[in-house]
Amino acid sequence: MELKPTRDGFGEEIVAIGKEHQNVVVLSGDLEDATRAEYFKNAIPERFFNLGIAEQDVVGTAAGMSLLGFVPFACSFAVFLTNRAYDMLRLDVCYNDTNVKVVCSHTGVTVGEDGASAQCLEDFAIMRVLPNITVVCPVDFIEAKKATRAIFNTPGPMYMRTGRAPFPIITKADDPFILGKANLMRPGNDVTVIACGVMVSEALLAAETLKNEGTNVRVLNMHTIKPIDAAAIVEAAKQTGAIVTAEEHQVNGGLGSAVAEVLAKQCPVPVEMVAVADEFGESGTPQELLRAYHLKDADIAAAVRKVLKRKK
Amino acid sequence: MRSSTPDIAALQQKALQFRREILETLQLAGSGHPGGSLSAVEIFISLYFYKLQYHAQDPKWEDRDRVIVSKGHCSPVVYVTLANAGFFPKEELKTFRKFGSRLQGHVHSKVPGVEFNTGSLGHGLSVANGLALGAKMLKKDFKTYCILGDGELQEGSIWEAAMMASNYKLDNICAIVDYNKVQENGLVKDIKNIEPLSDKWKSFGWNTLVIDGHDFNQLITALDEFAGCRGKPTVIIANTIKGKGVSFMELKAAWHGKAPNKEQLAEALKELK
Repeated sequence: MELKPTRDGFGEEIVAIGKEHQNVVVLSGDLEDATRAEYFKNAIPERFFNLGIAEQDVVGTAAGMSLLGFVPFACSFAVFLTNRAYDMLRLDVCYNDTNVKVVCSHTGVTVGEDGASAQCLEDFAIMRVLPNITVVCPVDFIEAKKATRAIFNTPGPMYMRTGRAPFPIITKADDPFILGKANLMRPGNDVTVIACGVMVSEALLAAETLKNEGTNVRVLNMHTIKPIDAAAIVEAAKQTGAIVTAEEHQVNGGLGSAVAEVLAKQCPVPVEMVAVADEFGESGTPQELLRAYHLKDADIAAAVRKVLKRKK
Repeated sequence: MRSSTPDIAALQQKALQFRREILETLQLAGSGHPGGSLSAVEIFISLYFYKLQYHAQDPKWEDRDRVIVSKGHCSPVVYVTLANAGFFPKEELKTFRKFGSRLQGHVHSKVPGVEFNTGSLGHGLSVANGLALGAKMLKKDFKTYCILGDGELQEGSIWEAAMMASNYKLDNICAIVDYNKVQENGLVKDIKNIEPLSDKWKSFGWNTLVIDGHDFNQLITALDEFAGCRGKPTVIIANTIKGKGVSFMELKAAWHGKAPNKEQLAEALKELK
């Protein structure tokens, strides 16, 4: 299986979109090499701006340009844009409802050796709480290209998370991608794993293991964290009676919480959450860290067994 | 409305009228920010009744000059100015800060003539830079003005933006600092001194003009000088008095964010004739 990071998908597609649309601009906080915004810089330098190590300025400037009809993509590491420039995202982007696309790489523990300061584990939580914005986490390189185009085509504030480490390409070019609509990755009626990003691959591995134990696992790729696909969640709850969520994010406030909010209101069933357990990451290889923080297929399989015991 | 040969006496009369209307608006609202509104009256009059290109009946006219009010709490002077400039009926000032009103407590773009919602400090200059940079890319001649508070200059984001504007040679942006010397809990110089302010802006690469921000002649001269400056952004440091025009409000931090009651309004209006 071919391995590629989602950040590369963004980098390739934003160049294609930029060549088609003169109003696309890319603003960077001096990390365009890492976010792959560099591809745009090399292809269309006159519409690329490195504003230096100044994330607040990147977001504010992007909002100002959007007032003139530009579609600015603001890019940096997720920790720096979503955490440091949060008030700018809240006021300049969300409260003003500006057509700014925030695309951040270096998310999750799979950032790896740089350690906890660069590993953003809270972006879903802090972005999805803001009104007006859509929160997207593409599952692989191919889906990252589709998601980049989708957030360009959809007016309004958008946040997209990409990853640094190469992961398997598990979708095809002609698979559908609609913001807010989960994709069924594997059918099953005993339990549903709702995952996003790199955790979808782990969920599919877990499903294969569990099949040998006689458990048929449905796997949903919840690439849009907000607005969440409540219909797919409720349908899964009704048809499979138990849910496991899996995300490379803090357990508080992310995909698991978003899913649980839907279930608590519409169809309560047992839920287990595979996520980072309210702690910071550390240095290591992506695979070492996925194991250390209990984000591997074996952890998802264990969560499935646990939730099945709670299922009535 | 706008004139190329300004009648200074008429502008001064307008300033008195604006100060009265600001305080009347605040008294009816029962809350709001008089100090930093009264200090900026001449700045806003110089912009809207001398310098700016706009059509009040077509507030989204694409070639209009842009104004980003970074010190979003000075909504009373902004709304009084826009109402008097014909953007919306003056009667609407009575709804300021009331539920259902367009006139939100901090400036909001649902008010005709307001470009951008603000209220959290330190945001406006980056947004204004975005407009100025975009104007250059689109080869548009409109200018962008950004109204900054002095206390707001304690926000680091302002200096990120200050560096950006000179780095990109944005000579189509003019920042105006309402340097009224007072912030919410005291004097700026006592809380976190921003001096030497002129040297700071100069060292960041800005064409820096220091004026008396209550003197229309100086304001008009500075705004004209900005229009002629090439290759660098311009900042006008307008020395002003917080609460200007009302003796018991002047330079008093207590009047940063408190509306006058009826008796205080009556006292103030006696001084604004």
